[in-house]
Amino acid sequence: MTVILNQSFTGVSIGAVLLLIALGLTLTFGQMGVINMAHGEFIMAGAYTTYVLQKPIGDAGVSLLLALPVAFLVAGSMGALLEWLLIRRLYTRPLDTLLVTWGVSLMLQQLARDIFGAPNVQTTAPGLLTGSVSVAGVNLATSRLFILGFALLCVAGLAAILRTTPLGRRIRAVVQNRDLAEVSGIATGRVDRTTFFIGSGLAGMAGVALTLIGPIGPTTGTNYIVDAFLVVVVGGIGRLRGAVITAFVLGLLQSVLEYSTTVSVAKVVVLVGIVAFLQWRPQGLYTVRTRSLV
Amino acid sequence: MSGEGLTVRDLRVTFDGGVTAVDGVDLDIGPGDLRFLIGPNGAGKTTLVDAVTGLVRASGSIRFGGEEIIGEPVHRIARRGIGRTFQTATVFEQLTVEQNLDIAAGAGRSALTLLRRRRNVPESVGKALEITGLTALRHRPAGVLAHGQKQSLEIGMLLVQDVKLLLLDEPVAGMSHDEREAAGELLQRVSEDRTVVVIEHDMEFMRSFARSVSVLHAGKVLSEGTVAQVQADAKVQEVYLGRASEPEPSVAVPVPVPAPVREEV
Repeated sequence: MTVILNQSFTGVSIGAVLLLIALGLTLTFGQMGVINMAHGEFIMAGAYTTYVLQKPIGDAGVSLLLALPVAFLVAGSMGALLEWLLIRRLYTRPLDTLLVTWGVSLMLQQLARDIFGAPNVQTTAPGLLTGSVSVAGVNLATSRLFILGFALLCVAGLAAILRTTPLGRRIRAVVQNRDLAEVSGIATGRVDRTTFFIGSGLAGMAGVALTLIGPIGPTTGTNYIVDAFLVVVVGGIGRLRGAVITAFVLGLLQSVLEYSTTVSVAKVVVLVGIVAFLQWRPQGLYTVRTRSLV
Repeated sequence: MSGEGLTVRDLRVTFDGGVTAVDGVDLDIGPGDLRFLIGPNGAGKTTLVDAVTGLVRASGSIRFGGEEIIGEPVHRIARRGIGRTFQTATVFEQLTVEQNLDIAAGAGRSALTLLRRRRNVPESVGKALEITGLTALRHRPAGVLAHGQKQSLEIGMLLVQDVKLLLLDEPVAGMSHDEREAAGELLQRVSEDRTVVVIEHDMEFMRSFARSVSVLHAGKVLSEGTVAQVQADAKVQEVYLGRASEPEPSVAVPVPVPAPVREEV
């Protein structure tokens, strides 16, 4: 019983990390359809933001709390700049977007190597987040609990913005019909940049959270980017709910399989499972039903 | 106050590949006019509207309310008070009817107010729901509306934008006879304090509601005037029928398949 609970918690925490890193992608890839290979580097930028802030501040707790908004701004600005410089010129050319952003991703990794050095660096976690609490005989690492809570908070925040604010309505309007949005007087270029800013900023905050579970390096982001795309695709493009469910299911699957087999076998089985699932439901978990003529 | 006038001079639109869709059009549409643009398929009617709203690049001059608007970004032109509908009913399918109207109503809002959550919808939205008869459907996703209801919603969206010039691309296509009558009366009411331009294939509808008519053919204005003047124009008859023939009711182009009409018994 303890084993099951233990593995479930591990699965849920893997799911929370997946969710956190995929959340930004549900906006930039899911809503806008941009395949941004540099998304992982925004995660990396957020992680290094934590590292940089920790040096002068010292107190791990304060610097972590400060790093969240700062990383959001740093990664968000990088995203908005990338959108303005390159991506907006390539909206009708997905393959070119993929190649260009991949190039940007390599450049950003090299930039990180030049600034921080090639070896991984370690940040100090605040004392509160280094221990664990015991619930029903299972040790729950507080850092994992923090990430879980933070991921759910981010989902709730993003859902609230998309559903209840005029900005969210505009983002959805531009995604659904660009021409109609424009002739209704919406500055679609600005909405695109705002969407990209928020999506990239979320990646930055995910990077901050990742510093709690391991050392960070120039390739921190790349390690997660494929998983993040998988979550968005399996969940159904542009569906927040789908991404949440997918992240936790994949996390649990991974942890259960890892326990009964090995890490590599678990990865293979999960990937094969995803391929099979997408054969059966190419549109992902959730789709939208309308009577659109187009 | 009855809308703003639109003045078009020597407007030309050429697509990649060298097709000239609009070939030197001059138009004067006075404030408060209810102008119908008619012409065979490929005459350049929709492209003309696309050019006025900035969706396609054009050369020449387009003046609205005395100011040159050619080359401005689409959303700026929209904020000047030029609104349009598209040939196939086009709304934000996944948003509710009310959200569609709310977006149209608040398009020019500043960035700061965008994050504020609002429970109440603007008064204009409620009024537009009433005028278009969509109040009962306000919380439905617009994508599930019937075709005619989507068309009403489109017009509602223009009303809440408080546009001064409405450009409507086949607003009654696919409507039943009764719905057409209702839509025509709505257009007449709307044009009391706005300028309205309607692209339409339905000649009967045109005859009932047009104040003035421009006939486009092969990217040029072929004829212009009142319904009677245009109908009497030999050039117009030739374009539509391929030869000159007797007037009235000869100017009858194929009407796009109307929805089945139930006649009163």
